[in-house]
Amino acid sequence: MSLAKNKAISLHRQFKFQWEPAQEKYVLLYPEGLVKLDESAGHILKRVNGKNSVEDIIKDLEQAFPGADLRQDVIVFLEHAHEKGWIDVE
Amino acid sequence: MSNSKPTGPLWVNAEITYKCPLHCVFCYNPLDYTSTYDSELSTQEWINAFRQARKLGAVQLGISGGEPLVRKDVEELVSEASKMGYYVNLITSGIGLTEERIAAFKEGGLDQIQLSFQDSTKELNDFLSSTKTFELKQKVAKLIKKYDYPMVLNVVLHRQNIDHIEQILEMAEAMEADHVELANSQYYAWALKNREYLMPSREQLERAEAVTNRFRERLGSKMKLYFVVPDYYADRPKACMNGWGSVFLNLAPDGLALPCHEARMLPGLEFPNVRDHDVEWIWNDSPAFNAYRGDSWMKEPCKSCDEKGKDFGGCRCQAYMLTGDATNADPVCAKSTHHGLITQEVEKAQNTVVCADEVKPLLFYRDDKNSRKLGNIPS
Repeated sequence: MSLAKNKAISLHRQFKFQWEPAQEKYVLLYPEGLVKLDESAGHILKRVNGKNSVEDIIKDLEQAFPGADLRQDVIVFLEHAHEKGWIDVE
Repeated sequence: MSNSKPTGPLWVNAEITYKCPLHCVFCYNPLDYTSTYDSELSTQEWINAFRQARKLGAVQLGISGGEPLVRKDVEELVSEASKMGYYVNLITSGIGLTEERIAAFKEGGLDQIQLSFQDSTKELNDFLSSTKTFELKQKVAKLIKKYDYPMVLNVVLHRQNIDHIEQILEMAEAMEADHVELANSQYYAWALKNREYLMPSREQLERAEAVTNRFRERLGSKMKLYFVVPDYYADRPKACMNGWGSVFLNLAPDGLALPCHEARMLPGLEFPNVRDHDVEWIWNDSPAFNAYRGDSWMKEPCKSCDEKGKDFGGCRCQAYMLTGDATNADPVCAKSTHHGLITQEVEKAQNTVVCADEVKPLLFYRDDKNSRKLGNIPS
């Protein structure tokens, strides 16, 4: 599934994204479960706020991690997140 | 028991009260539930326990019962738990869920409401035609939608209602349910007492699944349906609670900490109370939470079984209830020498279904009088 790159994306209302000190991980909470996220997924989802588009997130990450070629990884992850129903496109 | 420190619980189920206006014959609350009436934890004691479990890494909190809404402090418990970072689920029959309360829950950060749907009343066969039930659920369903919660319906299926699955699903559709769990009752506590009247026949199950599939095809992802058959119909045991003391912590109304809803009845274990101990000690160090953790407690056929890491030998409570020894394999397992206890019940369930009117007087209702009688508790 291809994801629109210029539209704002937000976390689906059933999901809660937060840092878990006990696990030292970002997690995504949903009814009766949780997804433990790796570091890069955490950096991406942290920027999903209902205002940023995929392009905004890529730009922001490129500034935070200069020199890293992360465009494709971000797109793949967000498409996966969209398929899973974690995020909505405005 | 392994020597490494266990990882913390992820899921805390807070049974804040066993009081309930319903009398469901399949209830999994302990038979002597009335024994907790005078010793329920206070609001502050609940909050303390939530905080301690949260510190250990628990992220999911279920607020259940009994009917949790019988307590007046659910609003406070929800908002405190939400502030701590829990994903907070309210598991309710909907009785007592007024607009005022749901608004307060939303404000306090409640994440999800699971509405259970039961034909609990003594008017068993009036269940679906009962305007009282229908109107209440419709009203509550509208409120849940109005406050922008997903509509999660839990329907307990059994021999007496499973043939009405079509009407049940039509009702769910009319309520615009997003998720519907159609789970057959499991045979613990009150449901074990009523097992022979609750277990559906193979034919009933097949028909119900076929109907469910028809709805699934028509509705697709608009209404997600989960159908759960009784484990008696399986020959591999369920991975009960994902293992003893592995992820699940149940807190009973009186503060008793348990590895599952049913464990209270297991003999030889002294379950710790959050009034006397910190949740960290309870989870990591208490003998009860370590009793069946890992696999060193196992005997044959579990001990040498290559699936022991997958199903953990099934359910300790079921093993105890049916074989008298909690360290036996769950008799649902075809490798268990007690498996005949299961197949024999399944065979019995193939008899002709008698009409609900005839069954009604035979059922054992979950009510205070029956509970006191079973627990030898003076009223």
